[in-house]
Amino acid sequence: MTTAQDDIKAPAAVPTAPERTGRRGARLGNQLAAFGSAVWRPLIVLAVIGLVWWFVTAREMVERYLVPTPGSVFEVMWEDRSMLAEHTYVTLYETVIGFLLAALIGIGSAVLIVYSKTAERSLYPIILFAQVIPKIAIAPILIVWFGTGLSPKIILAVLIAFFPVVVSGVAGLRDTDPELLDLSATMGASRWSVFVKVRFPGALPQLMAGLKVAVTLAVVGAVVGEFVGASEGLGYILLLASGNLNSALLFADLILMSAIGVVLFVVIEVAESLLIPWHASRREGSSVTMATT
Amino acid sequence: MPQLEKKKAAATDAAATASIDIRDVTCTFTTKRSRTTAVDGVSMRIEPGEFVSILGPSGCGKSTLLKMIAGLVLPTTGQVGLLGRQVKGPQRNIGFAFQRAALLQWRGARKNILLQAEMRGMDKRTAARRADELIELTGLAGFEDALPHELSGGMQQRVALCRALLHEPPVLLLDEPFGALDALTREHLNVELNRIWRETGTTIVLVTHSISEAIYLGTRVEVMSARPGRIIETMPVDLPRERDYGKVMSAPEFETLAAHIRTLLSGSH
Repeated sequence: MTTAQDDIKAPAAVPTAPERTGRRGARLGNQLAAFGSAVWRPLIVLAVIGLVWWFVTAREMVERYLVPTPGSVFEVMWEDRSMLAEHTYVTLYETVIGFLLAALIGIGSAVLIVYSKTAERSLYPIILFAQVIPKIAIAPILIVWFGTGLSPKIILAVLIAFFPVVVSGVAGLRDTDPELLDLSATMGASRWSVFVKVRFPGALPQLMAGLKVAVTLAVVGAVVGEFVGASEGLGYILLLASGNLNSALLFADLILMSAIGVVLFVVIEVAESLLIPWHASRREGSSVTMATT
Repeated sequence: MPQLEKKKAAATDAAATASIDIRDVTCTFTTKRSRTTAVDGVSMRIEPGEFVSILGPSGCGKSTLLKMIAGLVLPTTGQVGLLGRQVKGPQRNIGFAFQRAALLQWRGARKNILLQAEMRGMDKRTAARRADELIELTGLAGFEDALPHELSGGMQQRVALCRALLHEPPVLLLDEPFGALDALTREHLNVELNRIWRETGTTIVLVTHSISEAIYLGTRVEVMSARPGRIIETMPVDLPRERDYGKVMSAPEFETLAAHIRTLLSGSH
């Protein structure tokens, strides 16, 4: 018995307890450093583009009404801030509601497809096929059916964002370790507890990847909906500005649209790091190598 | 406490009858293109407290045999009895561990072990106490909160073993649990498993590729042929229950058995 006790201590290459807590304490610092190192290169690229933009317009190499100066764009943003904020809010609202509905319906369908053979055979092919229909072409129909209010934009956002959620959800749920399912069976586990404790958490990494794609697509859906028929929202303002050849407003509008996408994307990223800190894609380099030792 | 009584009744039942009773079992898998017979005419009786090592070449149906005992795969013909009852579906009276630890990546070691309790709806305090005992027994103390990716392969297998033992199953089924480990860690875990077996009195069936592991751990070694898997020889291991690793490896009984098994297996290819 005593020899066995000695044997237990033998395996090396395992982190000792204090080492682990130390790493956890340093996590925030590491994350900031990782953020910094991830961001500085794109920032330089952006700065270069900005500089070229400024140079081209300052020298009037292109007509002012085609490409506004950076200064005039920010001036418009500032002067029309209350109007722009209002319309940004409308587009943001459509996008977020559309995304949430897409996530909800998408995850629900994925669960249905994975758990029911009938649903898989009847629903999944149609969902895949429906992807061929150019959703932008549906926008006019939606306007005819639902008028020019918010609902057609939300529906369009849902339709566009739904697909990546379903596909990633199905892939994630199917990815469950078959041995874990066997094991659960010998534990007499109910289907519900297997879903809650094993399958769904295991599907989260793939699902989150799908949600990130979906949120950027939801913005597209909302804006396209506004293009086709609306009296508010950034898409509507974009059309107005285009009609008036107001390029400064056009650019300002475009920047705000992109900002919506970026902010929502970052929100999902943060949610991901909170939900699946254990996943390889969310770990710092040090602990990934730790897993291989 | 009707559950406890039931447990006791099952235990006395098990004492009267064999732990595992496999009768002329055949298992055939049919796919669109082919039919493969994984297990062919296997019979085996395992008494309570025995440690049976099943040894054979890859793909000889050893794992299928184990899954049939667990009720995860049903035999095409023949019958499997577990603790005096015929196996007709997934069994709950067993512990199961695989070659891959199959841990939940998002749970720490202790919580992975406690999955067994949660799924079974075991009493929380009993489960917690039992988990602490097992963590102590397998040397996982200090790693209770470590996530699987922070643990070495050997440590992960210890967690899987604890999870399989949490509910004190009368029968433990092990499907090459140490197959992916380095030789040294494997030896350590073999020694531990021998101790756990002696201390708990669990009936253990171990599927393995390793001749020395099979002999060191087993009270009996069943050698299977290549597909379709048949039992080609049953060999009792005439060694005391408490075994010193070094001594067993150099014992003359060990060498004779190992040499014999080697000729058997090379003949079956």
